[in-house]
Amino acid sequence: MSAHVVPQKLYFIIFAALLAMTALTTGMAYVDLGKWNTVVALVIACCKATLVVLFFMHWKWSTHLVRVVIVSALLWLAILISLTCTDFFSRHWTPVPQGWGETSLGNPPAPPANALPR
Amino acid sequence: MSDHAASALAHQFEDLDQQHEAASFGMWIFLATEVMFFGGLFAGYTIYRNLYQPGFAAGSHMLNVTIGAINTAVLIGSSLTMALAVRAAQTGKRNALVTFLILTILLGLAFILIKLTLEWRHDYVEGLAPGLNFTFAGAHAKSVELFFFFYFTMTGVHAAHMVVGVGILSYLLVQAWRGKYGPDRFNMVEGTGLYWHFVDIVWIFLFPLLYLIGGRY
Amino acid sequence: MGWHGKQECKCRVKTPAERLGRREGIEIMTTAAADTETRVNYLNADYGIKSWLLTTDHKRIAILYLLSISMFFLLGGIAAVLIRLHLIEPNGAIFEPGAYNKLFSMHGIIMVFFFLIPSIPAVFGNFLVPMMIGARDLAFPRINLLSWYIYVIGGAFTLYAIIWGGVDTGWTFYTPLSTTYLNTNVISAALGVFIAGFSSILTGLNFVVTIHKMRAPGMTWFRMPLFLWAMYATSLIQILGTPIVAITLVLVALERVFHVGVFDPAVGGDPILFQHLFWFYSHPAVYIMILPSMGVVSELITCFSRKRIFGYSFVAFSSVAIAVISFVVWGHHMFVSGQSVYAGIVFSMLSFLVAIPSAVKVFNWTATLYKGSISYQAPMLYAFGFIGLFTMGGLTGLFLATLAVDTHVHDTYFVVGHFHYIMVGGAMMGYLGALHFWWPKITGRLYPDGWARLAAAIIFVGFNLTFFPQYMLGYLGMPRRYAIYPPEFQTLNVLSSAGASILAVGYVIPLIYFLWSLKYGPAAGPNPWEAKGLEWQTASPPPTENFAQIPVVTEEAYDYK
Repeated sequence: MSAHVVPQKLYFIIFAALLAMTALTTGMAYVDLGKWNTVVALVIACCKATLVVLFFMHWKWSTHLVRVVIVSALLWLAILISLTCTDFFSRHWTPVPQGWGETSLGNPPAPPANALPR
Repeated sequence: MSDHAASALAHQFEDLDQQHEAASFGMWIFLATEVMFFGGLFAGYTIYRNLYQPGFAAGSHMLNVTIGAINTAVLIGSSLTMALAVRAAQTGKRNALVTFLILTILLGLAFILIKLTLEWRHDYVEGLAPGLNFTFAGAHAKSVELFFFFYFTMTGVHAAHMVVGVGILSYLLVQAWRGKYGPDRFNMVEGTGLYWHFVDIVWIFLFPLLYLIGGRY
Repeated sequence: MGWHGKQECKCRVKTPAERLGRREGIEIMTTAAADTETRVNYLNADYGIKSWLLTTDHKRIAILYLLSISMFFLLGGIAAVLIRLHLIEPNGAIFEPGAYNKLFSMHGIIMVFFFLIPSIPAVFGNFLVPMMIGARDLAFPRINLLSWYIYVIGGAFTLYAIIWGGVDTGWTFYTPLSTTYLNTNVISAALGVFIAGFSSILTGLNFVVTIHKMRAPGMTWFRMPLFLWAMYATSLIQILGTPIVAITLVLVALERVFHVGVFDPAVGGDPILFQHLFWFYSHPAVYIMILPSMGVVSELITCFSRKRIFGYSFVAFSSVAIAVISFVVWGHHMFVSGQSVYAGIVFSMLSFLVAIPSAVKVFNWTATLYKGSISYQAPMLYAFGFIGLFTMGGLTGLFLATLAVDTHVHDTYFVVGHFHYIMVGGAMMGYLGALHFWWPKITGRLYPDGWARLAAAIIFVGFNLTFFPQYMLGYLGMPRRYAIYPPEFQTLNVLSSAGASILAVGYVIPLIYFLWSLKYGPAAGPNPWEAKGLEWQTASPPPTENFAQIPVVTEEAYDYK
């Protein structure tokens, strides 16, 4: 079969890089970067994930088709998260008119008692 | 050798190359579905973390970063041994394959054990398990509870995938011991490898998103 | 094309070789037209219940699906009949409101998840995809069988939920009703749907790999029948969308058990997050239900107008475009839920966009008919029914996509009319058309076309009488999912129920003549419709290995002269 055999040494190098980046991201959490902490952590996570996909999962030696699958999955997840966020983060653009904050119906009814979940 | 090759080819395929490509492509598509499966949890997490930043940061600070980092290293190690196992199957080295499969299983079990005993049990005892034993009443208690719901659900679904992975690896180990894998016949080992690496990648994202929120300075 | 059965002998003594696996008391016999010798095909290659329950032959798995799906259609149909009977009276003729809620929930869950979503892919996709591309089987035959078992197990959980007290959330499981305020079988029903979702995912995975990797020599992407493009696009949706509803139902179950409040406002959760996650799958799901029927219609229109499809690549790409765009429009189900108006505007615009590829198909089918040599057998009647009724349903979808109009008709019978025009007038007609078109190939038998055309006409009349009044009811303001209604709506409701009774008759007639044809129908040759396509180049019923030799394709698709 035509599958590519990767030299063992390359695997060990990638492993060392991943461990180093784990140490880096853990260490960076103790440095005060304000809101950039999250960005740095996510960038490092993306680098680690990229190494795993590229070398352990053989993206580097795989067909166009497989790469399209990977990219599509990530793109679809991005669609879910981004369009959902357009809802949550634009709600406050519409001010709530006076008096609509409280409900005139009082508190919602209590859930049924002694009800086993099923 | 030709007998062995002939029996390795399923009747619907023309040749071993087509079979290998189909198996690999199929596993990648399955991983795409897994991206979406975990993705739903990541989507919910993203929304709530942005809505309740102080609570999520408070909850995150109650997790043990050292244990999380060690677990990350353990899982990355298991990915290395898995990659080496696939390589051993590809090159027909039975003993190396068996060794690396055993190592991967052990590292995977170590991850699950550390999580169960040192983390989850500890959180439960501390009163941080939503629905079962949640007694935290400090600032942002409700959002802390929501954080821990996502923590347990996301790491729980991840752990369930690891348990399934360890189960499949055990089956592979038995088959490898019997000498069933070789250069013409390693699709299942490669497919399991892809699955295992994917589970590793999910953890690579879970670690900073759950343990390192808001910094520890 | 009638049937020539009268000169066939029906009283032959069966040879042992002809005693085939019994299923529900129906003996499947195959006979060559004139001689008494039985030819080996996928139906008689092996017999006994084990050979069916452990088969990996995609054609047998398709039959297994056909039987289980038909059973669920019957259950969902019974629920529909009961609903329409109940709604004859403004105060409800039969059920208490609680029981009525369980009835429409059962109807929705069964019809959506256990009939419409699997229907064409699981039956006709499984049977035809390998044959149309010139392969011997799907890429993963054992996963194909696994997917049927998963479907059956999911169905069993759902049936348990329904029989042991029912579930009354509607098929949409909205929170916090489903997570906090109900004590019905929500978790079992959700679990059944969760499990069945994996059946859908595995089927989609199998089709994508098969279509990419196993096409016969010469079968390029643009020589494939459009049915395969439709199956491919459907599979993309199944793969990318279904996992989201899976994890969402897991969250609902977890919240029911642990009361944490992921969707509970008291803890800071948001019920609308549930709706986002639910509809992210469930909107593309409706395209899972309609795309395969569109693929079927492309096959029917070309065969029965003896003409190439007009604009092949447009129709092919429109299938993929529908699959892609369907993922960015889900918010149109949530315009009045509390979703931000600005998100609503975005979703409204995108929803208009998704109508365009559907319209492209309708125009291309119509252009295919132009100067074609049209014949009016039953499959073609269903294709015509599809085009007209789908167009009406689709246009009413545009009304619903318009923010301002939707504010008035959301959650009314207008919506119910809209989706039934698409699901029943569209998807169901496509399914029946497929059943009538490929029945000779699957069973090797012909059914009486006269009765088939009559049934098609009855279905068309019954369908319109049932669902057109619902547009009017909705516009006048009758809410959906209500067990009682104001008396001024009674006339329209009675009309709708009368139509339902006619529709029911229309559905029973094909059941009768299809079963009849299994025993008494004349043998169909390899190609009774003289259609193009690789599946018609092999015998009816086909041999287990599909083709004696893998064909080499040199013709374009629909190469009708």
